[in-house]
This record gives sequence, C-alpha cells and structure tokens, in this order.
Amino acid sequence: MIEALYTAAPAWAIQHAAPLLVMVPLFLAPMLALVPSGRIAWLISIIGTTISFLFALILLYLVQTSPVGVVDYEIGRWPVPIGIEYRVDALNAMILLVVTSIGLLASVFSWPTVAAEIRKEKRPFFYSAFMVCFAGLNGVTITGDAFNLFVFLEISSISTYVLVSLGAGRDRRALPAAFNYLIMGTIGASFYIIGIGFLYAATGTLNMGDIASKLPELAGNRSVLAGFAFILVGLGLKAAMWPLHQWLPDAYSYSPSFVTMFLSATATKVALYALIRFLFTVFQPQFAFEQTAFGMLLMPLGIAAMVVCSFQAVFQTDVRRTLAYSSVAQVGYMILGVSLGTTAGLSAGLFHLLNHAMMKGALFMAVAGVVLSYQGTTIRDFAGLGRSAPWTMTAFAIAALSLIGVPLTAGFQSKLQLGFALFDQGLWWAVALVVFSSFLAVIYMGRILEAVFFKPPLNPRKARKEAPVILLVPLWILALANIYFGIAAKFPLDLARSAAAAAFGGEAFLK
Amino acid sequence: MTPDMMIAAVLILPLLIAAGIAATGWLPNLREGVTFVGAGLLFAIVIMLSLQVAAGGRPELYIGEAAPGLEFAFKLEPLGALFALVASGLWIVNSLYSVGYMRGNRERNQTRFYICFAFAILGAMGVAMSANLFTLFVFYEVLTLSTYPLVAHKGDAAAQRGGRIYLLTLLGTSIGLFLPAVMWTWVLAGHNLDFVQGGLLAHAHVSPAVASALLILFAFGIGKAALMPVHFWLPNAMVAPTPVSALLHAVAVVKAGVFTIMKVSIFIFGPDLLDATPGREFVMWVACFTMIVGSLIALTKDNLKARLAYSTIAQLSYIVAGAMLANSSGFLGGSLQIAAHAAGKMTLFMCAGAIYVATGATNISDMKGLGRKMPLVFIAFLIGSLSIIGIPPLAGAWPKYELMQGAIDRGNAYLPIVLIVSSLLNIAYLLPIPFLALMPPPGTKEPKPFKRPDGAPMPTVLAPLITALLCLILFFAVGPVSDFLAPSMGDRAAAVAAGGLP
Repeated sequence: MIEALYTAAPAWAIQHAAPLLVMVPLFLAPMLALVPSGRIAWLISIIGTTISFLFALILLYLVQTSPVGVVDYEIGRWPVPIGIEYRVDALNAMILLVVTSIGLLASVFSWPTVAAEIRKEKRPFFYSAFMVCFAGLNGVTITGDAFNLFVFLEISSISTYVLVSLGAGRDRRALPAAFNYLIMGTIGASFYIIGIGFLYAATGTLNMGDIASKLPELAGNRSVLAGFAFILVGLGLKAAMWPLHQWLPDAYSYSPSFVTMFLSATATKVALYALIRFLFTVFQPQFAFEQTAFGMLLMPLGIAAMVVCSFQAVFQTDVRRTLAYSSVAQVGYMILGVSLGTTAGLSAGLFHLLNHAMMKGALFMAVAGVVLSYQGTTIRDFAGLGRSAPWTMTAFAIAALSLIGVPLTAGFQSKLQLGFALFDQGLWWAVALVVFSSFLAVIYMGRILEAVFFKPPLNPRKARKEAPVILLVPLWILALANIYFGIAAKFPLDLARSAAAAAFGGEAFLK
Repeated sequence: MTPDMMIAAVLILPLLIAAGIAATGWLPNLREGVTFVGAGLLFAIVIMLSLQVAAGGRPELYIGEAAPGLEFAFKLEPLGALFALVASGLWIVNSLYSVGYMRGNRERNQTRFYICFAFAILGAMGVAMSANLFTLFVFYEVLTLSTYPLVAHKGDAAAQRGGRIYLLTLLGTSIGLFLPAVMWTWVLAGHNLDFVQGGLLAHAHVSPAVASALLILFAFGIGKAALMPVHFWLPNAMVAPTPVSALLHAVAVVKAGVFTIMKVSIFIFGPDLLDATPGREFVMWVACFTMIVGSLIALTKDNLKARLAYSTIAQLSYIVAGAMLANSSGFLGGSLQIAAHAAGKMTLFMCAGAIYVATGATNISDMKGLGRKMPLVFIAFLIGSLSIIGIPPLAGAWPKYELMQGAIDRGNAYLPIVLIVSSLLNIAYLLPIPFLALMPPPGTKEPKPFKRPDGAPMPTVLAPLITALLCLILFFAVGPVSDFLAPSMGDRAAAVAAGGLP
C-alpha cells in the first residue's frame, strides 16, 4: 500500500517530503485564522493532516528502503553544521506516523465536539491553533537540530496553552489549568534551552549529529554534564515524567474533549521521543547508561509513575482524570523500558508508546462522544451508558481492556514485550511491579466499565443517544486497531524494533 | 479434510455457531437447532482428529506470528485430544439440558447466553489444541472473559458480586502470576514457548530454586485449577445458571485449568526436571490440603450447588497431585481423572438443576423424600456420586487407583492415605443426598409440591442419565483410553494398555 503511494507520488513530493510534512500544516494555520466559518476550517484542517500523514508514509517508505536507513534534508541547502537539518530515521519515522495518523483521526472526529464546546466565533482560531500545534509536534520529531527542536517545542506548547484554555467555555477551571500548564511548560522549555546553551558552550554546534560526534572528546566536561541534566529535566517535564507530571491531570481534565484526545495520544509521546533522541543519539547510550548511570535514576522514576499514579487513578471520581493519571502511569511503563538501556527494553518502550497512542486515543474519543451527548464526565454520569450508547461504549470497553493488557489486545502485546525485556535483565521484581500496576488498572478501569454496563442509568429517561457517525468511525478504527495489533503485532513491533535499532546504531544518524 | 483444515474447522465452528445463534435469536427453536447441529459437527470433527491422533498422527495448524517468536500454532496430542473430546462431547449433552433448563426456568437473555457458551467452547478447544504456551494463555483468557457474562447472567446484586469475584480472581491470578511465569519460561528456554515431549526446560540448566519458583507461579497462576487459596472464585461462580455450572465449572473451565497444569508439567518441565524440583513437594502438599479441606467444607454446606462446588475443588486437586507425582502413573491417573470427574460431576450438577427447575429447592435439607417423586434424577445422582467416590464399576475408580499406584511407585507414603481419607469424606458428603431422597427415614414430612405441574422437563432428566451411563462406559473403556494417552504419558501407561490391567 505504501509502495503504491510512493510510486504515485510526484518527484518533488518525494524529494521534499521532510520539510513539506511540517510546512503544509504550518502555513495552513494562519490561513485558517482568516476563514470565516468553523466548518470550512475543519475541512481544511483535515486536508492539512491528511497531507502530513501521506508524507509521513512516504518518509517511512524512504527510510525503510534507504541503504543507510536515513533520510536527511538540508533546509535552504545550507551545509550541515551551519544550516538546519531535517533528519528522519526509523525512530522518528515511527513517531511521525503516530503523530500524523492520530492527528488525522482527531481532526476528522473533531467537528461535532468543537461545535458543541467552542463558541462560534472562536472556532476558526481554534482550528488554527490546532494546526500550529500539529505542525510543531511534527517539527520536534523531524528536526535534527537541537535549537530548532526548541523552537518547535515552543510552537507546539504555546498553541497547546491556547487550546487548553479554550475549554473555559465548558468549564471555567480550564483557565487555571492552562495557566498552570503554561508556567510548568515554560519552565521545562527554559531548562531545555539552558541545557542546549551549556552544550553549545562546550561543543560550539547545535546540530545533533555534530554535537554527538564532538561529545566523546569532552568526557568529564562539567558543562556537558550540566547540559545533560538540564535537558533531561526539561524534556522530562514535557513528557510528564513522574514527579514532573503535576500539570497533566488538570490540563487533560478541563481542556476541550478534542484537545484532550489529541494531546494524550501525541504530545507526551513526542516529548518522550525527544528524550530518547537525546539519551541515545546525542549523548549515546554508553554515556547515558554507563558513565552517568542515568538508567538507575530513570528506572525508579518510571516505576514510581506506574505504581503511584495508578493508585491515584483508582481514587478519581472523574473519568477524564482517571484516564489522565493512567496516562502518567503508562508513560512510566515506557520510561521503565527505556531505562533498561537495552535494545529489547527500548523497543518494548517504543512499542508501548505506539499502542498507548491507540488505546488512549480511543478512550478519550469515546469520552468526547459521551460529553457530546450527556455533558457529564464523572463516573456516576457514565452509569448505564452501555445500554443507551452501545457502540460508543463497546469501543470504550475494547480500549479499556487493551489498557489493562488483556490478551488479544495491543496492550497485552506491549506488556509481554516489556516483561520479556525485564526478565532478560533478571529484573523479576520489576515484572512484579508492572503486574501490580496492571492490577490497579483492572480496578480503575473496572470501576468505570461496571458503571457503564451494570449500573442503572442516573436518569432513566435519558433516551438512546449514540455519538454521531463522524465520531464513531475514527473511534472504531482505533478500537479495531487495538484488537488487530493485539493479534498480529508484527507491523508495529517491527517498527519499534527497527526504531530501537536505529537509536542504538547511532552511526546511521551520524552517517 | 486434511488435518490442518480440521483444526481450523474446530476453531471456526464455534464462531459460526455464535453467529448463527445471533442471527436466529428471535426463533428459539431454530436457535437451539443451530446449537445442536453445530455441537454435533464439532464433536464429529474432534472424533476424526482424535482417530488420527490415536493412529500416531499429530495434526498441526500454524496460523501466524502475533509477534516475532510468539506464534499462534496448534498441535493436537493425546492429552489435548482427550480434553477436547470431553468438552465437545459433553457440550452436546449440556445443550440438550440447557434447552430444558433455560426454558423451564424462563431465563432472560437466552440468546446472549448461548452465544457466550459458544465462545467458551472456542476457548476450551483452543486451550486443548494449542502447540505452545502463548497460544494456550490467549485461549485461557478467552475462556475467562467469555464465561464472565454467563456467571453474571442473572444480573442481580448477587450475580454481579459473584461475577466480579470470578473475573478479578481469574484475571488477577493469570495476569499476576501465570503471565510472569510464561515470560520467565520464554527467557529460560531461550525465546521459545513450544510444548516439547520430555519438557521444554529439560535441557535449559534451570537451578532448583528457579524451577521451584516457576512451578509455584504456574500452580497458583493457573487459578482455574482452584488450588487453595485461589479457589474461592469457584463457589462464587455458582450464582450462574446450572448449565453453566455443569459444563463450565465442572468440565470446560476447571478442566482447562488442571489440563494446563498437566500440560506444563509434562511438556514444559518434563518428568525429569519436575522430579528434581523441590517446589513440587510443596505444590503436592497444597493439593493434599485442598483435597481434605475442600471436602470438609463441602460437608458443612447445605446448599447443594455450593457442596458440589467444594467437592469440585477437592477433586481437581487429584489431577494436580497426579501431575506433581512426575511419573507416568501420576500423569495417567490425573488425565483419567479429567474425563472421569467430568462425567461424574456433570451428572451431579445437572441433577441439581433438574431438582431446582422442578421444585425450586436448592438446599439439601429440603430434598428428603424427593426421590420418590423424581426417581430417575436421584438414581443418576447416586451413580454420579458413586463414580466420584471411586467405586467400581464406575469411571472414578481408575484415577484413584492409578494415583495410588504412582504414589507407591515413588515411595510417597502420605498421598495414598490422603486419597483414602478423601474418598471417605466423599462418601460422607455425597451419599446421604440420594439415600435420604430415595429412602427417607420414617416420619419425614412430605416434600413440597412441584413448582412446575409436570415436574422436571424431559431434557433435564435425560441428560444426567446419559452422563451417568457414560460413567459406567468409561470404567470399561479404560484400556483403550490409556492406550490412547500412552504416547504423552510414558511407559507405565503403555503397560496398562498392553493388558497389564490390575
């Protein structure tokens, strides 16, 4: 299928796929702000995300068929250490695929919920901000330049603050949540840029590959170590790494439903990608895991996230907050996989990243459907919805089972891979904790599912009210993907494995 | 049909049946027809497959990889064939019974009930035929999830509570202990989960401590085997309609559990490694403890289904104990118990259901003298009880014999004593029920009149009589059955089959 797309694409599209993937949505964004009608803005945003998605597929194909496994593009033909470079290998090709496909599904389903939650005159601006955010996330993923990464990180973050605050139309608590997120996010970005400053001071370059090639000579250099620490804290904050996740539950609970869905499946994933990129490509695993033993710090943080936040999820009364805490916990699984410093561990972490995007996307999409029909998002509001909205809730249940890690779902496959990776290192106690955290997931998702399918509805007169078809289609695509990739996990697992191999074989990234 | 097509048919047929039931849900007679035809076909195919297995064939089917190294693959060997035969054969009897029971009781949501039943059979077939631990685990969970709606079928508070305990215990043990055991096996065996004759881990240099820990993870992770203390889901599952208790909680689900333990013992550990594993003795103690304590609790229960549930818990431990003997007599005894207990306990459950449909009685104390009004049901109950106790000429006699033989072979002094005590306890909690019903002591007041004017529906009486007859047949068929099982069990079974009938 991808091959057919590749042969059909014109030569210029193949040659310039990398910049176009980011530029198309970025240039569509200001146009969207000028469009008078929200509905037209919606249609244009679908076009934008579709184009990016196609480019992501082309890039994936190019990476897979390329002999060195890398596609690089020099912006403005400035040679590398001076100019900005876009560089795609198996690792970020996979992340690009996640971001663009989720972005496409999100933009398709968005209209009914945006129409219900955002005031009429703000809708074009809303879509404009979404496009900026989408372009920013893709930019962070695709760039091979450390400073350019900061720029895109801020582009996506600032637009995210706007998107979150627009939830104020539905719930005023969105405003403090957005402000909180703004402060925390800016601190994170500042840490990151300070870290880049230290690295620049030591190496005199901003290109990631170039930095990486100069770092081995600077072993033991204090400013490199300080830069390392600053960068990882900054990116960890963006990735909602425990205990830097405090902004996330509020931001996810009060922002518009569509924003929650989009962010939960993409934003923290992209920040985590940047973290992985710095750990494995810029600093090299040898430095990160042997000299500084950073894995010893990362592993307890990942475990703490998956245990503590799962506990917090159990005690929430709001479905969106439950899912938000669960997101932090799931990031913990990924970090646990990364912290092993082995290819098996990294590929398990990346594999879970992919699967988590699918399941959380589906869960929040179903919640968006409920908000649309019934407003409330507390667990009590969900009572009896299994009868009044069976299609929405069945998809929700499938994704919930996947989150728990029931066999024949994607979540099971990723836990299996994580368990294999942990056992390989002899960390049986970590497996026990993963299992324990899954058990907490059984409890917190079980509470919701029980309310949905076995409790009588709060208001029995509520008529049968299914989410609109435009929402159900993407929702079911994600739900079925959860099952399909739970049975035949070869495609995503191969993606994750080659991504991990690319991260370790840093040579490919460095030429 | 080629063997792989037959295996595919065994897996697809339950799905087709489920679809057919869903499509004909508005015509109950047609819907039941679909179940019968489908169940008959399924049994026929399983028989054909078993004939091939008996002739030395090992039908295989490879579907594909879920992930590199994790294959969905099926391979039928004698033990699995026996389990598949038991589950699919008794499904026909049980369908006959369900029709009488569900209609006689005017249960709601019957279509959903039959659909979930078909999925449960799919799970059992998958477990029986799986060629590696990964496939087995997946179908094990299919069985758990598909039976949850059956347990919670009534939908009232008690059913919900029972269902929740059922799901949480079975999912909790399987994800919490069984899955880590699977992962650990994968790493120990060098990225492989296949069932290998002689044991996958036999040559893997596993230290005794690791092997013990792994064995204990398996023994308690496979919660369906109902070893104490993970047994409590089984009494709680008795809120389900009786056909579910009869087929699933006496045959398919619990037997899937002990079958898995047997399979792990024979094909993952292998007799030699298992013999050298210190943890084996611990699991054996737990099994003996479960036998005695389960029987003692059964004595205290007045609710008939609860008593039968605790009896099942005790009886399942025979199979676990047989596996832990780690010699061919033990394996053979445990495997025979899978079939013998299935026929016997299913008879008892179906009788309990027939009594409930006819009179609404669930307590044993209300059944005195009832045998005069429904003699056939209680005669079937008597035969089933005698088989469970292990009295010749009924099926239950052989497993006990083989288990004792196996225990003596390896110099285990306490297992024969525990088995004898357990048999005595069986007599104490089972036999009074049919005796008091058929021969009430003078002065017993007349039992309450039937709730339904014409008593138990015909199918609910016929079905237990069929399984009671099966108990009798299985006793005489032990030679061919041992012969059939011999390739998986080792030399001792071959000796039995060769005419060394004791």
